[in-house]
Amino acid sequence: MEVSSDKEYIYTSSELDRYEGQIIEEMKAGSRESIADPDAWLDEDLKRNIVLTSLDWILDWARRSSIWPVACFPACCAAEIMAIEGPRFDLSRFGMEILRASPRQADLMITAGTLTWKMAPNVRRIYNQMPDPKWVIAMGACGISGGIFRSSYNVVPGYNKIIPVDVYVPGCPPRPEALIYGIQMLQKKIAKEKVVPDLPKLKLPKIKMPEIPRL
Amino acid sequence: MTVALSSKEIAGQLSVKFPGAAEEAGKDSVLVKSDSLLPVAEYLKTGEGLEFDYLNYITAVDYYSYFEVVYQMTSLKYNRSVIIRTRCYSRDNPTVPSVIRLWQGADLQEREIYDLMGITFEGHPNMKRIFLWDGFPGHPLRKDFSQ
Repeated sequence: MEVSSDKEYIYTSSELDRYEGQIIEEMKAGSRESIADPDAWLDEDLKRNIVLTSLDWILDWARRSSIWPVACFPACCAAEIMAIEGPRFDLSRFGMEILRASPRQADLMITAGTLTWKMAPNVRRIYNQMPDPKWVIAMGACGISGGIFRSSYNVVPGYNKIIPVDVYVPGCPPRPEALIYGIQMLQKKIAKEKVVPDLPKLKLPKIKMPEIPRL
Repeated sequence: MTVALSSKEIAGQLSVKFPGAAEEAGKDSVLVKSDSLLPVAEYLKTGEGLEFDYLNYITAVDYYSYFEVVYQMTSLKYNRSVIIRTRCYSRDNPTVPSVIRLWQGADLQEREIYDLMGITFEGHPNMKRIFLWDGFPGHPLRKDFSQ
């Protein structure tokens, strides 16, 4: 059996393999610290577009009521997602039953399953392709910390090494109710979000007042 | 149900055809010399009354002093199965002939063994890592692997 292709590609497959290996090694080296909750820094771009209204409530309502998840299901928690999507637990009650095949149309990434380093660049690419605003739920023990595979040589110890995570849903796998609860927590979080953030407070230099002697 | 063929019987047939190829006939498997693996496998696949045309699996075991590669095949015609093993004693560059020309299903399994155990299969057209990335240090299923 000969492996041959009738197409000429720009890169040979060994070059692509080496390139992929380099990307993974760089990702491994650059992700020793876990990424913090994104609320603090995610809206830096939004600060430039200041609209002086209180549209926050209605925008948050629109955002939280139609969260469309993207399919990122590398392992067995996906079976629970199927149950959640089905008629018994029925995620469509919350307006988020539409699993988008394309990350460009999605707001939420439910990371259901163990992530290997070989898969990690693709997950980050999916995350980067999602338009802002976007949220991530780490589902299950593997999504939170790597689970029982944490000390393995090829498993990412938690999605928050790769991408910022908003809500963590523990369990191995979590019950469908637990994930629905997690999504509701995310909705509450979105409801508190300010689309137009506060103006940065003026930092006045502290003046030391002279002490008034007590009479 | 598939009947596991007696290894003594198979070894007897092999010793007639390839004298010295079968090193030992254990309880349920035949140990074959690695340099005569390919003719033996070809004979098992095409030989009269054998016709083991389906390769169930290939796997490898690390016994510290040598590696052992295990093949199980089934004859769908006669509904019988047999297990053959082969050994390679080098630890730096263990090599076993590839059986991909006989059973195409060996392709990914041989690559997996190469990836995780570090055994090179000679004659495989695409011998490279499959689960781990290019540049991964070492072969993680070896007993002396440490992170």
